[in-house]
Amino acid sequence: MAAVGSSVARKDGIGKATGGAKYADDITFPGMLFGRTIRSTIPRGRIRSIELDFDRTGFTIVDYRDVPGKNAVDLMSQDQPFLVEREVRHMAEPILLLAHEDREKLAAARVKIEYEEDTPLFDPEKSEQVFKSIDIVKGDVVAALARADVIVEGTYRTGHQEHIYIEPNGVIAVPEDGGVAIHGSVQCPFYVLKALRCLLGSAHPNVRVIQTETGGGFGGKEEYPSMIAGHAVLLALKSGRPVKIIYDRVEDMIATTKRHPAIVRHRTGLTRDGRLVAMDIDVLFDGGAYVTLSPTVLSRGCIHAAGPYRCDDTRIQGRAVFTNTPPNGAFRGFGAPQTEFAVEVHMERIAEQLGIDPVELRRINALRPGDRTATGQILRDDCSAHMVLEAAVKRTDFARKREQYKGTNRTIGLSLFFHGAGFTGAGERNLKSKARLELTPNGVRIATGSTEIGQGTRTMHAQIVTDALGIPYEDVEVAQPDTSKVADSGPTVASRTCMVVGKILEECAHELKEKLGGLSPAEYYVRNGPLTVERMYEPPDWIQWDDNTYLGDAYATYGWGCDVVELELDPDTYEARPVKVTAVQEFGRPIHPALARGQIEGGTAQGLGYALLERVVMRNGAMANSTLTNYTIPTTLDMPEMDVVMLENPYPGGPFGAKGLGELPMDGPAPAVVNALRHMGLDVREIPATPELIAGCRTIA
Amino acid sequence: MRSATSLDDALRILRDERRTPVAGATDLYVALNFGTLEQKRFLDIWAVEELRGISERGDMLVLGALATYTSLIRSPLVARRLPMLVEAARQVGGVQIQNRGTVGGNIANGSPAGDSLPVLAAADAVVVLRSVDGERRVLLTQYYTGYRATVMRPDELIVAIEVPPVEGKQWFRKVGTRAAQAISKIVMAGVRSSHPRIAFGSVAPTVVRVSRTERVLASTGDIDEGAGVLAEEIAPIDDIRSTAEYRLRVATNLLRRFWAETS
Amino acid sequence: MKFTLNGETREIAVNPATRLIDVLREEFGLTGTKEGCGEGECGACTVLIDGEPVCSCIIPVSQVASAEVTTIEWLNGGHPLQKLFMDEVGAQCGICTPGMIMAALSLGPAPTLDDVRTALAGNLCRCTGYAAIYRAVLKWRGMPLEDGAGGAVVA
Repeated sequence: MAAVGSSVARKDGIGKATGGAKYADDITFPGMLFGRTIRSTIPRGRIRSIELDFDRTGFTIVDYRDVPGKNAVDLMSQDQPFLVEREVRHMAEPILLLAHEDREKLAAARVKIEYEEDTPLFDPEKSEQVFKSIDIVKGDVVAALARADVIVEGTYRTGHQEHIYIEPNGVIAVPEDGGVAIHGSVQCPFYVLKALRCLLGSAHPNVRVIQTETGGGFGGKEEYPSMIAGHAVLLALKSGRPVKIIYDRVEDMIATTKRHPAIVRHRTGLTRDGRLVAMDIDVLFDGGAYVTLSPTVLSRGCIHAAGPYRCDDTRIQGRAVFTNTPPNGAFRGFGAPQTEFAVEVHMERIAEQLGIDPVELRRINALRPGDRTATGQILRDDCSAHMVLEAAVKRTDFARKREQYKGTNRTIGLSLFFHGAGFTGAGERNLKSKARLELTPNGVRIATGSTEIGQGTRTMHAQIVTDALGIPYEDVEVAQPDTSKVADSGPTVASRTCMVVGKILEECAHELKEKLGGLSPAEYYVRNGPLTVERMYEPPDWIQWDDNTYLGDAYATYGWGCDVVELELDPDTYEARPVKVTAVQEFGRPIHPALARGQIEGGTAQGLGYALLERVVMRNGAMANSTLTNYTIPTTLDMPEMDVVMLENPYPGGPFGAKGLGELPMDGPAPAVVNALRHMGLDVREIPATPELIAGCRTIA
Repeated sequence: MRSATSLDDALRILRDERRTPVAGATDLYVALNFGTLEQKRFLDIWAVEELRGISERGDMLVLGALATYTSLIRSPLVARRLPMLVEAARQVGGVQIQNRGTVGGNIANGSPAGDSLPVLAAADAVVVLRSVDGERRVLLTQYYTGYRATVMRPDELIVAIEVPPVEGKQWFRKVGTRAAQAISKIVMAGVRSSHPRIAFGSVAPTVVRVSRTERVLASTGDIDEGAGVLAEEIAPIDDIRSTAEYRLRVATNLLRRFWAETS
Repeated sequence: MKFTLNGETREIAVNPATRLIDVLREEFGLTGTKEGCGEGECGACTVLIDGEPVCSCIIPVSQVASAEVTTIEWLNGGHPLQKLFMDEVGAQCGICTPGMIMAALSLGPAPTLDDVRTALAGNLCRCTGYAAIYRAVLKWRGMPLEDGAGGAVVA
């Protein structure tokens, strides 16, 4: 029986269920110290003085002067320091590091920092410092607007969202062999490696990064671990001892990245019968105090901003700007949930204003194979917008329920969405990802830097190799990512781990099979000894992309989704409670249906939290509700019944037809929730749609 | 931290030393973990068995201070006499918190958002305080003097809560930040009798009985008038969980729903 | 002080105010009990005291004197729920899983979906949306999968 397409036993083993799996905080090393980060308590200003008000016996103390290489986190730009030198740009910015073997003494150490404070900037609309701007122009939007029958305008807002991986950020730095090893909760070990090389300079060539079992990531452990790893390394090198830094929940929430808040403006021209003729879209992302990944988040956000719709004349302008808040960063969906929220609520408003059924409006405009996207990409046969829309409408009996619920406390709404898989544009070509297969005495070992963070990397990669090689699934093992031992398969982000890395592994397996010449891996190993196959990713040759104009084939393929949310509104408390979500999603082919379903259910839950519950309260540039009590993610009792439908429209360039899936489910729930609320007559254009917001919102005339 | 094994033991320690009593620790250890606790010396009373029971004494329902939410939920006596307290206990948090959180602790912690407090206030519950010098009884509504400030002396311990018979339909509604494991944004308990008794949490520095509203409803039975008075009688605030405006509006809505559902 | 830990009587000398979770993880090396929040909100640190689930991150160890404490390690990998959590993908990243399993153990023999949801309301999971967890628990108890546990179709 084929492994691909069936829910085989997971390669994780039983450890996660026995407590045996070792996460960063479960590991200790002899002589290990604990690290603590002293952070800024103002959003903007300069350090005037630092006073250490404790007995320094047994303490290791590090500041920016201890950085051997460059005091900059090497990401897209090198503007963010590991440790503040003088200028503070946001609350909870790291200034000083302490380590001690006694955690009580460490916690009790008092450091007094005096500042010269400056007036902070919190409003992104007032920011003049632009990290990145994007202008995607297709056709002539001005002329098209001028000839439109109807113009509909609107502004849509989304808030911060905090990842709430249940395991907070944590790493251990261990001095070894004249260098240092990092063991940590990370999504992208090679990102950390790159950042550490820059931090350490040429003085320490031997650096390696080992991923420990990771208790959730969702993008929150994409770039931030470079920072915490750098801190642990500085302390470890100075003390000569292993140093563990584990954030507690409050520190994790106030100091680490969040989803970018967004303000998206739409000005849309239509014919009277509902055909889109012009889409003029302005996207503003609050990047926070440093560049981090904001340019690429903005890029994905802008490319998805016109939604899964056909419109010949479009202009999408985007800016990611500076504010004096902790940097915002990668979070499942990577800019698209914000802009797809905006366009889907806008489509609902268009339907309201034109008096057209919202499903019909989407039928008229949804992309089909052969249509051009906002970047001018001509879609191929793996475009499934209509497929998911029709399936969702039929499965939920949408039209009848919409009529039936009118005038009651119950309502129903939908959203249509898509998500590009893999890095944007030329990203995959530039990345040059590699994957490796190694013969073992018993079979083969997969050796990549792609991390298992709960989504099923180990299992799904092993399934692909199993079938491509034609050997038993049990004979495939998956190496723990250790940058000194595995191939750099690129970061575990962007819904690329199955579609891109899985594809390289499939090709490795084909090459290996040829080399085995009909022998089993074990037989070959006995006769000839070790054998390794390593290959690099080759994106489809038809991909054309211009990084200057942002025109071309933005993604090799897209996943497609239609979510239908039914909810009830309590007329006295304005609480909107989802009672059923139907998630119809097309992502090529599920390699492991149970894991795939888990991605959809989990992403949908995060989307519902984003829509209704999760509000980051910022006060003076710091998260004021930085506890799990006060920043509320959905519990069992908040989650509705979920009906998941997985449709298949294979992508020929993916392993066994698979596309990316991880982020797609995040894009749909929020607009479906708000569109359901709109069907009740509530003019909601913002998330989270808290009871307070609903209580105060206008009714639709 | 010291641990007391009997009530006498606990009271003697409190006479001699200033210590903060610890029951199920569900509030106190959160503050301790977050480093926001000023107190450093504690008296663990979890093992004081005589504070644990739920019983009837005369016509009083007596809740031992260490009665957990789980024991309230499971008690047929509480279900019969004070069903709104069972409802409040069910919504107080997950099972783990219900197993450790105590009714005495909820009172001692004194958060204006404490879920059991409006129930006890509406039921005219009495807090029984004891020290080595003896016992005194304070109406819950007179127990708080301000935000987390009470009439309890440092040498005293809450030993029990006495609830007189409650006549009339009982009603409870918690509006939390989500469906479970939530802090109240507003919480209301009501008893519908000839003189209605209505209490709110999270609308003032302490739990409050809205006596003017009660009087209007008792005398006129006019809910519109009652809601109008309520809006003048409470002055909730904005905080990280909700807004004054929302709380005020929902408070009057809840009052109306209470009135409609208990008529 | 003395208490029973996973069926064995243990004696330790620690500050009585030490959190139970720290004693379990550091004194006894039982790292299956996880800390997710330090405020009794996420349930990752759930253990049983005398058979009832509690959050070990907000309990002073003094309070388990002569009590019976049970952690995930006691199940020894042999409990059917453990395999079901993996097979049904009730565990994704796995960090909430030990606490989730410990909380689920207190369910009666024939729980409805609502019983399961209520019993697990004190355990946060950010990966699964809970549906797969319901499937694991209901299958363990031999209960039919109601609609709320999620339908799924591959078409």
